Amino acid sequence: MFVAPAFAQEQAPTDAVPLTHTPPITEGTTEHVEAEHTGVFPPFETSLFPSQILWLAITFGLFYLFLQKVVLPRLGHMLEVRRDRIAQDLDTASRMKEEADAAVAAYEQELADARAKANVIGQEARDRAKAEAEANRRETEAGLDTRLAEAEARIASIRNAAMAEVGGIAEETATAIVEALGGTPDRSAIASAVAAQRS
Amino acid sequence: MANDPIHQFQISRLVPIEIGGMDFSFTNSSLFMVLTVATAGAFLFLTTSSRGLIPGRMQSISEMSYEFIAGMLRDSAGTGGMKFFPMVFSLFMFVLTANLLGMFPYFFTVTSHIIVTFMLALFVILTVVIYGLVKHGTGFFKIFVPSGVPAAIVPIVALIEIISFLSRPISLSVRLFANMLAGHITLKVFAGFVTSLGALGAVGIGGAILPLLMTVALTALEFLVAFLQAYVFAVLTCMYLNDAVHPGGH
Repeated sequence: MFVAPAFAQEQAPTDAVPLTHTPPITEGTTEHVEAEHTGVFPPFETSLFPSQILWLAITFGLFYLFLQKVVLPRLGHMLEVRRDRIAQDLDTASRMKEEADAAVAAYEQELADARAKANVIGQEARDRAKAEAEANRRETEAGLDTRLAEAEARIASIRNAAMAEVGGIAEETATAIVEALGGTPDRSAIASAVAAQRS
Repeated sequence: MANDPIHQFQISRLVPIEIGGMDFSFTNSSLFMVLTVATAGAFLFLTTSSRGLIPGRMQSISEMSYEFIAGMLRDSAGTGGMKFFPMVFSLFMFVLTANLLGMFPYFFTVTSHIIVTFMLALFVILTVVIYGLVKHGTGFFKIFVPSGVPAAIVPIVALIEIISFLSRPISLSVRLFANMLAGHITLKVFAGFVTSLGALGAVGIGGAILPLLMTVALTALEFLVAFLQAYVFAVLTCMYLNDAVHPGGH
């Protein structure tokens, strides 16, 4: 690309050929190497269109290929990896949450079971204590009943004995009263009288 | 000439090349095309070279542009249009980088030349036409006959559609070219006022504040336009590509 100014000057006439807007080329225009000096509004300077088209095609073409082959696959891959990673992390999180929920449920279940079991144990203990107390009470009552019966029997026997002796005492008393009154006690009469009173 | 607002669009030959009587010189325009491509390519390549799972700031910019264009194309042309993603993405990045590089003082704005924007537009339209014809054959011409139109007015509608289709490359290229050209001229004119008024002495310097503020405001506006025009170019490209993918309408 080492082009001497002389070469550029050589090209000047051919450069100027496509410039239809410019006046016919004369000897004096040869120093106008730069097309922009022709006075045409630069964006409409048609002589420079081929150069711009060519270099745009080269640069944009290379840019397009570079992006398509290198940059975009890389960016796309990166974003995909991140999306997968986020989805995976969310999955893990939801799975862990499920596990935690299950653990909580199991805990609640165990707690309920333990409570139920405690109730059963308590109920059993209460029932047993009640039964024991009942048995004790029965035993005591039975003991008391027998002692009561024994006492009643003793009272009855004592009373019977006492009642049996009442006749004798009454006869003796009657005899003593009769004697004190100065009579002679008639034992048989007294005994029959006593017996008559008692019956 | 220093104050000439047109001077910034002048093309000068850096390395004269001539092939078959045609001028293919390496010009300042070519140089800035190379710079544009190198800047955009290097940025995208270097920011993504770490392939971080958690992106840094620069990597985020590359990823955002990727997803921005991918979303735009998917919305307009559906998943069938995604095969054109490298094309839309490189067009967007090329136009955006060229516009932004043009914002540097003394830099040449590649997109301020109609032939460049026209070639880019032609690339889009030819892609649409060739892909549409190869993929759908004559069914591609359904784009000129919208469905649900009464038979009586079909010829008129078709004519209008054909004219609108033919004007697409022109509107697409002129929009970008004119925006960049007019913006840069306006900026240069107002900046020129600052120096012209400043040369008039104390009163002139006081008066130069207004065009100076205007220049600052216009610079901000130009940055907006630089992005906006790249965006518009990409959006319209997506919409035209939709015709190639789904010629029967939506």
